[in-house]
Amino acid sequence: MGKLDGKTALIFGVANDKSIAWGIAQAFHREGAKLAFSYAAENLEKRVRPLAESVGADFIELCDVTKDEDIERVFAAAQERLGTIDVLVHAIAFANREDLAGRFIDTSREGFLLAHNVSVYSLVALARAARPLMPNGGSIITLTYYGSQKVAPKYNVMGVAKAALEATVRYLAWDLGPEGIRVNAISAGPIRTLAASGISGFRDYLKAFADIAPLHRNVTIEQVGEAAVFLGSEMSSGTTGDILYVDSGYNIMGLVAEERG
Amino acid sequence: MATVFERVRKIVVEQLGVEEDEVVPSASFVDDLNADSLDLVELIMSLEEEFANDVNGLEISDEDAEKIVTVQDAVDYLKDHGVEDK
Repeated sequence: MGKLDGKTALIFGVANDKSIAWGIAQAFHREGAKLAFSYAAENLEKRVRPLAESVGADFIELCDVTKDEDIERVFAAAQERLGTIDVLVHAIAFANREDLAGRFIDTSREGFLLAHNVSVYSLVALARAARPLMPNGGSIITLTYYGSQKVAPKYNVMGVAKAALEATVRYLAWDLGPEGIRVNAISAGPIRTLAASGISGFRDYLKAFADIAPLHRNVTIEQVGEAAVFLGSEMSSGTTGDILYVDSGYNIMGLVAEERG
Repeated sequence: MATVFERVRKIVVEQLGVEEDEVVPSASFVDDLNADSLDLVELIMSLEEEFANDVNGLEISDEDAEKIVTVQDAVDYLKDHGVEDK
């Protein structure tokens, strides 16, 4: 018995086999979910298609989430080919490389709006489009990072966007609660993905993170996948609007300990 | 037992989906092997993974990565950082 038997999940944000969304897809597949995928840009198709096919998916659609017509097309196709969906995974974020280095104060208006458009508004747009496909309730899961709550130098505009994303989770949870649609975020520790390669000094980050976190290790996409199974399944039927930390406990730390005494 | 070049070649073949005989030392990843920017990022990540055990915690900085244009550049970089043929 899989924890997601009989459920269909539409997953946005797989780029390659290092993607957090791919960790989620694999865990969902293992738990019996039927999977469908949407990818962000044409040069990702050759990466996403073989992965999607390896978990038996044949719904693999391009969607630029900054375009309403793309979102409409993908959800019309989902309605036709999948009928209803139970889980929507939103693992989408983007900022210009120059906005993920240097000082936040130098963020351009254009860069700020782009990051928020792709990384935050997309959740609103996808939730609105998914709603008619979730007549029996459902679960919407997005990915965030602790740079939303505390300053993570160089994460900059993305930290501000993630703060907006976490607030968006709460407002969507309120709106969709009466329909039995739950909306939650997983706040994952830093993971070396294709997207993270755009963040300046990311590797130093990984090291510092493992030093400080109570579990003294970095987080894997498999661990995020397990948390997503929880949020996507009935196991979390009492939880909405929440931010679930999968971060080796990093967020509880106040002072950095030199050594364990 | 494999030389650094042979190990790099294997990764390039897997990552870029090219034939082994195309991966000659002078081949440029972008111009000859048709890598796009995402391929390059993935390639660097794969090289770091493959050689992480040869050189503890091998890290190719973004700056260094930009200078790795050809197959030979990658081999030279790895050897300069302590990876040996074996």
